[in-house]
Amino acid sequence: MAVTRGFVGRRASARDPRLPPGQYDVGSSWPVLTAESTPSIGTDRFRLTVDGAVEEQVTWDWAQLRALPASTWRGDIHCVTTWSKLDTWFTGIPVDVLLDAARPLPTATHVMVTSSTGYTTNLPLADVVDEKAWVVWEHEGAPLAREHGGPVRLLVPHLYFWKSAKWISRITLRDSDEPGFWERNGYHMRGDPWLEQRFDGD
Amino acid sequence: MVTDDLTRAAAARATRWRDARVVDVTHHGDRGVVLRLDVPDRIPHRPGQHYVLRLRAEDGYTASRSYSVVSAPSEDLVELYVERIPDGEVSTFLVDVVEPGDLLETRGPIGRWFVWDGRSRALGIGGGSGVAPLVSMLRHAHEIGRPELLSLAVTARSAAELPYVDELRAAKALVALTRVNDLPPGPTRLDAAVLGALVDPGATVYLCGSTRFTLAMETHLAVGGQPASTIRVERFGAGVAPG
Ligand SMILES: Cc1cc2nc3c(=O)[nH]c(=O)nc-3n(C[C@H](O)[C@H](O)[C@H](O)COP(=O)(O)OP(=O)(O)OC[C@H]3O[C@@H](n4cnc5c(N)ncnc54)[C@H](O)[C@@H]3O)c2cc1C
Repeated sequence: MAVTRGFVGRRASARDPRLPPGQYDVGSSWPVLTAESTPSIGTDRFRLTVDGAVEEQVTWDWAQLRALPASTWRGDIHCVTTWSKLDTWFTGIPVDVLLDAARPLPTATHVMVTSSTGYTTNLPLADVVDEKAWVVWEHEGAPLAREHGGPVRLLVPHLYFWKSAKWISRITLRDSDEPGFWERNGYHMRGDPWLEQRFDGD
Repeated sequence: MVTDDLTRAAAARATRWRDARVVDVTHHGDRGVVLRLDVPDRIPHRPGQHYVLRLRAEDGYTASRSYSVVSAPSEDLVELYVERIPDGEVSTFLVDVVEPGDLLETRGPIGRWFVWDGRSRALGIGGGSGVAPLVSMLRHAHEIGRPELLSLAVTARSAAELPYVDELRAAKALVALTRVNDLPPGPTRLDAAVLGALVDPGATVYLCGSTRFTLAMETHLAVGGQPASTIRVERFGAGVAPG
């Protein structure tokens, strides 16, 4: 492809190796990206269910979720609209803890994650196990803000951030893949930022 | 099934990079620029969709950003409006450097959610450069002879800072100017009362602008009784669009 006449780009220092291709560092800010209107979900109404291809469907309320042993994930997150936020941290539990309780059937290969807004996103099961994905309720020590998915959101930091569904209410184990909200709307089925899997066809 | 396959094929074509030629550059003072691009093998967009522009330096470094289409689907050239963000890497380049004849890498049209096909009632609410996709909807509504389907409410600090101000006023958009209200009679804010009066549960709301703006508008709409499920939001950035 052709060089853009006159374009140098903003590179005072060498590019940070933590930034995937096409991403820029937002520093301490955290842009908000949502397709829908921001819901208000009180912790009293919060429920999270793991169902589908599992041996036992399990639902947690706020107190039950918070009673699980919390830990902190620290690292970088990447949004498909080209911002990345480096060295940030979240507190919650690995998705493994929830899956261990519900016990996925051997036929399960994918999950569909649903938000209380009806938003959905699909992920291969392999992308949400082994501490690669988290269910989180705190960001950098403070309760997760509503516009960032509070009270509870999914965190799948190794994929573009639309996979990290806000206001999570359900994780459904499936034996086949099916597109979620953005995936039906032209975005990539997997969304690996290092491979720039932004859009359907990338 | 057949249409699904066609949509998929069009989407795959839309994500291919093409070199578009800049045909026309119109500056809005130092605040922004209207770019008209000749996109080879162009796929007609749906009002509300955007293109990605990718700038490439000699050493292969690239920077890409999204810009909403302003033109109607039937127009030959793809029109974009770029607001100059101080210190912005891509917007300052597009406003300050780009000239007719330049080639820009583009891909699009992209997006199947924030789109309006002109078949049902819509309320467009835009702040600043957030009016861009609404103007595409407006031009489309006129072209298909259904201007009554689309109501618009837009805001900026002053008339000079509102892109497409004349076109919006001619279409009877409600214009709120927050700093220099030199277009009386008009409100100075899109506040709860103004938005409350626009609430229409039977319409789809297309809300576009900075994060702060869109969050404020969502609150007003919710208070006014607009169902959350009818509101589609496009957020432009940090002063701030899927995450
Ligand atoms: C779907 C979509 C459609 C868009 N359509 C348009 C459009 O039609 N017209 C348009 O002008 N822009 C549009 N944008 C925003 C655009 O993609 C860029 O983000 C914007 O031009 C800034 O890029 P930059 O490289 O100049 O700034 P950057 O170098 O990326 O950022 C510089 C600084 O400005 C801040 N910043 C980034 N964007 C904004 C903003 N919009 N307002 C205030 N501060 C900001 C950043 O946080 C950073 O601190 C759209 C964005 C999306 C996601």
